[in-house]
Amino acid sequence: MNRYRDDPDLIRSLVRGCEVHRDVYIDPDLFDLEMQRLWHTAWVYVGHDSQVPNAGDFHTTEIARQPLLMTRTREGDVRVLYNRCAHKGAKIASAVSGNCGGILRCPYHGWTYRLDGALRTVPLKGGYENSGFEGSPAALGLTAVAGVAVHRGFVFARLSREGPAFAEYFGDSLSSIDNMADRSPAGRLEVVGGALRYMHDCNWKMFIENLNDTMHPMVAHESSAGTVRDLWKDQQPDAPKPMVVEQFLPFVSNYEFFDKMGVKIYDNGHSYTGVNFSIHSKYSSMPEYEAQMEAAYGAERAQAILGEIRHNTVYYPSLTIKGAIQTIRIARPIAVDRTLIESFTLRLVGAPESLLERSVMYNRIINSPASVVGHDDLHCYRSLQEGLAGEGNEWVSLHRNYSRENEARGIAGIHNGTSEVSVRGQFRAWLAAMAPQARVR
Amino acid sequence: MMRGVANDGELIEFVYAEARLIDEKRLEDWYELFAEDGCYWVPLTRGQQGGRTENSIFFEDKLLLKVRIARLRNPHAYSQAQPSWCQHVLQAPAIENRGEATGVAVIRTPFVYAESQRDQQEIYAGVAWHHLRRVQGRLAIALKKVELLNCEAALPSLQLFP
Repeated sequence: MNRYRDDPDLIRSLVRGCEVHRDVYIDPDLFDLEMQRLWHTAWVYVGHDSQVPNAGDFHTTEIARQPLLMTRTREGDVRVLYNRCAHKGAKIASAVSGNCGGILRCPYHGWTYRLDGALRTVPLKGGYENSGFEGSPAALGLTAVAGVAVHRGFVFARLSREGPAFAEYFGDSLSSIDNMADRSPAGRLEVVGGALRYMHDCNWKMFIENLNDTMHPMVAHESSAGTVRDLWKDQQPDAPKPMVVEQFLPFVSNYEFFDKMGVKIYDNGHSYTGVNFSIHSKYSSMPEYEAQMEAAYGAERAQAILGEIRHNTVYYPSLTIKGAIQTIRIARPIAVDRTLIESFTLRLVGAPESLLERSVMYNRIINSPASVVGHDDLHCYRSLQEGLAGEGNEWVSLHRNYSRENEARGIAGIHNGTSEVSVRGQFRAWLAAMAPQARVR
Repeated sequence: MMRGVANDGELIEFVYAEARLIDEKRLEDWYELFAEDGCYWVPLTRGQQGGRTENSIFFEDKLLLKVRIARLRNPHAYSQAQPSWCQHVLQAPAIENRGEATGVAVIRTPFVYAESQRDQQEIYAGVAWHHLRRVQGRLAIALKKVELLNCEAALPSLQLFP
């Protein structure tokens, strides 16, 4: 019995002004509803089309506890299907990725499907004559998800038939993906290497909220970035910094730095920090790459692309990206207190290898299960998860820089970088999906 | 007579002593075992060729190792408010190459590694590859590569050094 399922008013009571009730992070019933409502109506990241470059390639994943299969057809399209045989339900593909040669075959009874999911053959088909099979769901083959959209190689799916269209859902927030892809002289990105898979024993929203939380780095990351600062403090100001120093130091920038960075929000929970500059702004220049960019785009356009140095962009609720350093992180909720974070490195096609080295180092030191930065983040999320059980105060504060005037600027304006406006925006989106004004499904 | 960078007993003792330094958290001493250009590497994928242009779990030069060790000593390392401890259990190291031609000895050591923090304990298994060379008369780690059996699994925080 899920006490929230048929009580939208009870769900609405969890978000009041600048506060949310602790249940949004710790209640398993709400988690179930999040999977069914928010994660089914949202456009959720599935993978990158460079993970299925050739016809017959497949990649398996899971969204909102749904087993999914991304395929590349002979025509070159990317399809997203439920990874569930139409017969008895076995997963068609069990490997993370591979090439099926053009036919998907169930390992149990050998039913075969085309790459678009259409049923191809069933052994001893005569056994189905006059059985009513032709009109059954099984005859339709593998079920496709309700919606698929590919933007600059990023593949998104919407599981529910109802919900906003792709362009409307993301709006201008897609400019962050565009900027990442534009940073390739060829305008293309490719996933390289394995996924860093870091299990977080916390609610998925804690991770997502943290991406544009700019009040924590100077505190939580004092031990890692602060250590680098201390090791480096006797160097001359113009001494060339090793890459690792260059990447760590900005984490312990002061409050003013993060405040002036700026944050921009969009409808449906999306946001990005680093409107004006970011922790990636001071990386050493790479003349060979810059020359390639000018040759590809012209000086003015190249400068505009490289001058846009955003921090994190959150594509609510599943994907966060760092265009300036070409890394992405995907939140895969497993339970109310368990979330898998998968991080991928993308290569700028046509760019020198030194950029890839920079991305790989950043991704590893920040997002690996052995990340010294991530250990302290996860420590904080875990203590949130445990601390919220504490009684007496059931509310979580999201008041920072709230005012009627500030909030009214909404998606039009640039907010100060330390504002919690992005989290308030996430909860507006959350509520709209969890307790829609129309009848709750 | 010694052949290669060291006699067999010295190579094997080095591998045992190296693990013990980590387990006893004598990490500054452990750090000193690495050659100046030494590397500590835990690949992310099976058969991974390198760490520069592909994601790894660890891929540390001495500077990064120094940062990591100094962080563990920092009172603000919140994830270590309750300290982690670890234990290596090593199978007898096998000398794959004495380094007669290359100047680099290669030793292969299957292991079990446990890392615990209060009520949690994770058990890992794998193979450690030590690439050792002689630097100013003593053995130094050019590369310690640790192949975890479950390198591609979703892992919790790995806070010490397998």
